[in-house]
Amino acid sequence: MSARDIAETQMTAPALVSLREVGKIFPSGLVALADYDLDVREGEILTLLGPSGCGKSTVLRLIAGLASPTAGAIDWGAPHIRNNIGVVFQDATLLPWASVYENVFLPLRLSGLSRQAASPRVKEALAHVGLLDFSRALPRELSGGMRMRCAIARALVTRPELIMMDEPFAALDEVTRFKLNDDLLALKRRFGATIVFVTHSVFEAAYLSTRIVVMSRRAGRIIDDIEIDPSIPRDDDYRSSKTFADVCRRASQALRVSIEEATP
Amino acid sequence: MIWTRRAIPWRDIGVPLAVLFAALALWEALVRWKNIPPYILPAPSVIVAKLVEDRELLFSSLMVTLGVTFEALVIATVCGVALALLIAQSKWLERALLPFAITLQVTPIIAIAPLLLVYLQPGNAVLVCAFLVAFFPILSNTSLGLASVDFGLRDLFHLYRASPWQKLIYLRLPSALPQFLAGLRIGGGLALIGAIVAELAAGASGQGTGLAYRIVEAGFRLDIPRMFAALALISLSGLAIYGALAALSYVLLRGWHESARAQDE
Repeated sequence: MSARDIAETQMTAPALVSLREVGKIFPSGLVALADYDLDVREGEILTLLGPSGCGKSTVLRLIAGLASPTAGAIDWGAPHIRNNIGVVFQDATLLPWASVYENVFLPLRLSGLSRQAASPRVKEALAHVGLLDFSRALPRELSGGMRMRCAIARALVTRPELIMMDEPFAALDEVTRFKLNDDLLALKRRFGATIVFVTHSVFEAAYLSTRIVVMSRRAGRIIDDIEIDPSIPRDDDYRSSKTFADVCRRASQALRVSIEEATP
Repeated sequence: MIWTRRAIPWRDIGVPLAVLFAALALWEALVRWKNIPPYILPAPSVIVAKLVEDRELLFSSLMVTLGVTFEALVIATVCGVALALLIAQSKWLERALLPFAITLQVTPIIAIAPLLLVYLQPGNAVLVCAFLVAFFPILSNTSLGLASVDFGLRDLFHLYRASPWQKLIYLRLPSALPQFLAGLRIGGGLALIGAIVAELAAGASGQGTGLAYRIVEAGFRLDIPRMFAALALISLSGLAIYGALAALSYVLLRGWHESARAQDE
């Protein structure tokens, strides 16, 4: 199968979740989203890119069920997916009083799994993010990058088919961020979950995604929808390739339009 | 660094102890030099001698006061936490119950004590007084703690469809622990004050066996050294209660909460 075929397969992949004419108005009267349409397709890494306050986090919260739309509908391709979504927030959001192990065990514990039954899955998730040796550490004792790994392990432990990530690496330094980007791609290859990723970094979006949706500050209007061939290996060569540069340029242009739209 | 702190504990314990001994020495010297009679101001050595001499009487009274304090604190903790949990369930319950709790708190306990002594057995009246003053800080702090759960964590529990019971056990109670412990520290000190105040009120009517009653009794007999001895025991008890609750708080919060970490660094 050629790269083009793969890209086409990706474009015709069934929608895991579809937002149809979704609107979200906060009680304060702020319009976060209006008439918003988006398909999240199975297997993709979809990045929502846009300036602060463009509603990208709102989209993520709506899909995760943490907020409900004030207009429109959210349709699920397969309803069971909705009950098992992994979420990684901007802040690692760990229980400060609980060890790394207990934090990763939490989603399984809440689903009623016993400690014994959950143990292999917790250990597996910790091993995948390289934190097995830190099982007994408290979040305070970890670096920012390790805390984020712990949050990722927690999101993976329920083996979700859809993972939502809200600017997870925004607070990290560049080296840690690059490393975690690669780790995330490796985990994605292993687990194959669909990922919706929110960021305001053009480079991060271009590196990770198979598709970038650039959102406007005006109620989340979609300015550009950029497909990136998923078959291209994501490595240092890709970072210096023409494709990467083209994607970055196109995303940056769309982002500029988005910001200009926002300033009256 | 933890080890440097352990290497020089004199800074925390030694300095106040040195100041205390210096003050006691000055007191002792002043009394001896000016020949102040013990019924006006007893020297520290006389107070210590009195403590040894009256040890059986004073220590049995101390046990009575501490017993009441401890019992009141336990009841205040159970009731305070229970009411805080109730209030956290609904705004209506908060509106209905909180004003009464506040009214009890702002009414000086010394004013309520004589009334309680009319209605209750002296022992029970003392217990109720100590309970009333210790109860409110535990209630209000625990309420605050239960209400101040991190938004992100709340979302996380919502995402994983946690039941209200799971939210309580795994999220809200641990989140409230630092504030609850702060309330307990205040409540512990206040329970002792409440017990002493009620004993003073009861002692004035000639009943009671606690330390405050010994003070009133010694006052009637102008046995000033015994008054000081009882006072010293009360102060030491207050310090011990505070120290024990601060240590409990440190052990439970060590490693994750800022209040305990500040002492580590």
